[in-house]
Amino acid sequence: MSRLEKTFNNKKQNLLNVYFTAGFPALEDTETIIHSLSNSGVDVIEVGMPYSDPMADGPTIQKSGMQALENGMSVSVLFAQLEKVRAQVETPLILMGYFNQVMQFGEEAFLKRCQAVGVDGLILPDLPLSVYENEYQDLFKKYDLAPIFLITPQTSEERIRKIDQLSRGFIYVVSSAAITGNSKEISPEQVAYFKRIENMNLRLPRMIGFGISDHQSFTTACQYADGAIIGSAFIRALENGNGELEETIETFVKGIRNDLTLAS
Amino acid sequence: MITISEDGYYGQFGGAFIPEMLHPNVEEIRRTYVDMINDETFQKQFRQLLSDYVGRPTPLFLAERLSEKYQTNIYLKREDLCHTGAHKVNNTIGQILLAQRLGKKRIIAETGAGQHGVATATVCALMGLPCVVYMGAVDIERQQPNVARMKMLGAEVRPAMSGSRTLKDATNEAIRDWINNPEDTHYIIGSVVGPHPYPDMVARFQSVISEEIKWQLEAATGKANPDLIIACVGGGSNAAGAFYHYLNEEKVRLIAVEASGLGVDSGESAATSVLGTEGIIHGSRTLLMQTPDGQIIEPYSISAGLDYPGIGPMHAHLIQSGRAEAVHITDQEALTAAYDLSKREGIIPALETAHAFAALDKIEFKKSDVIVVNLSGRGDKDLNTYIKHLG
Repeated sequence: MSRLEKTFNNKKQNLLNVYFTAGFPALEDTETIIHSLSNSGVDVIEVGMPYSDPMADGPTIQKSGMQALENGMSVSVLFAQLEKVRAQVETPLILMGYFNQVMQFGEEAFLKRCQAVGVDGLILPDLPLSVYENEYQDLFKKYDLAPIFLITPQTSEERIRKIDQLSRGFIYVVSSAAITGNSKEISPEQVAYFKRIENMNLRLPRMIGFGISDHQSFTTACQYADGAIIGSAFIRALENGNGELEETIETFVKGIRNDLTLAS
Repeated sequence: MITISEDGYYGQFGGAFIPEMLHPNVEEIRRTYVDMINDETFQKQFRQLLSDYVGRPTPLFLAERLSEKYQTNIYLKREDLCHTGAHKVNNTIGQILLAQRLGKKRIIAETGAGQHGVATATVCALMGLPCVVYMGAVDIERQQPNVARMKMLGAEVRPAMSGSRTLKDATNEAIRDWINNPEDTHYIIGSVVGPHPYPDMVARFQSVISEEIKWQLEAATGKANPDLIIACVGGGSNAAGAFYHYLNEEKVRLIAVEASGLGVDSGESAATSVLGTEGIIHGSRTLLMQTPDGQIIEPYSISAGLDYPGIGPMHAHLIQSGRAEAVHITDQEALTAAYDLSKREGIIPALETAHAFAALDKIEFKKSDVIVVNLSGRGDKDLNTYIKHLG
């Protein structure tokens, strides 16, 4: 059983997945951030590969990506950093990026390297489901990597069923029609959508992401799914933190969890 | 045979590499666009607007003094005489009718030189729909007259502040807007780029250009086919329209003219067909300028309509398969051609279009050849640049 599947087997609620952009704030922060997130009890760590043209991302993640690229981050540099950190950390690691980055590295070489450095899954928002199914499914299986697909309020039921069949690890439930970094309160329409998905009794666990930014939105999301994903809010915390990274991260995760961990 | 596959590929180029958030919208268009375009009522509306509002057919003009200079026979397809001053409006008319059929209440667009933004703002005014145009902050600076036109037409011009703040970033911002507004908004892409079915749909709307060239040339010369067609290519919409009905007429040479800025190897260029490698940009698998790590490189050209880091998938296929010939023109060569055309024929071309004319110095042809240059837009918007370089 993979690290990702083990995590979801051992824990059924309030799972916290935190996203950060590799190479931000500084090129060499990747290890420290992963260690701190893991030590703070984060369940899944999503590592963003910075990209020049991130079409699904809002201003916060765009800006962190530009900074990371200026800092010298690249796919190869990131793999080397992850290889080091994987020797010491057991938390599942997911890579998030855009398909062009995978193509330029070479699709099979990329997946092979992912497995070698201990990456557990991939989120590639612009890799279409049909292209994955026809061209890359076998390679993902060969290198034991979980493909994680997104669903949105507009995704049809038929397509959700198909995504449930083709994904591994969990399904990424995009909370609203939006790019990342929106932090409004969760609306009744969104709750209705979460419930609709919950009632579909899908095979895979569900994690709600996009617009989850604080304890309150995290708690609400966790009522209708196995857990939630936080990205932009964490990047903002890293931007604004003026002490040690470790401390900033510990405080941030505590603030999101509040008493949830103790209660569960 | 040049064809497009069911899932939108020209050879290995094309497809729809889009996030799930855009899937329902793009899929809706994919399912309906062919039937809609072929629908009789749509065709009637489309043709009527092209004739009564846009002013089509645009003339095919025998440029005698230019022909004399090059010792051949040069015809100009006068897309600069379209309402709004460029070919862009052919596509926006088609897409606004599509948006109405899909019940969309709001229109967004990206623009580089501002011609597509103006053409979109125009049809939105015509149909009474709200319009938001994304434009790179850098382009807003260098294309002020078009910004003013869009505003006067009632559109909101939103500066794209991310990345290099030009056309590619404006496109990213428009895509993000569409993700945020999937239900009520239609995104009018201005070129033969983006996810399938956009490249094919835009090419079909622009194909009226070569449809007219065929009968106009036949009337003028007795033959519907020229020996060469020359058009400039950024994303490639005017070239797609001018080439469309000749794609499978193998004897007609198709010349795609790209902007090489300060020179192909200068590091300041937009010559995508030689500097580009295969990858994905704005949802399409095509040739694009990128680093080995897959980061998209900002191209350069004096012309805001040609500095796109990609090229439409149809053109990538045409050039790579040898069906079309790519020619590269520098800023300086384009400026020289613009002055020459102005003095020789009394027509001030857009800077983009000037690249197509400069190609006449670079290609070989015979005295008996019939050449059509697609005069895609007029140069009023570029007067500032022209004045600055008049010296």
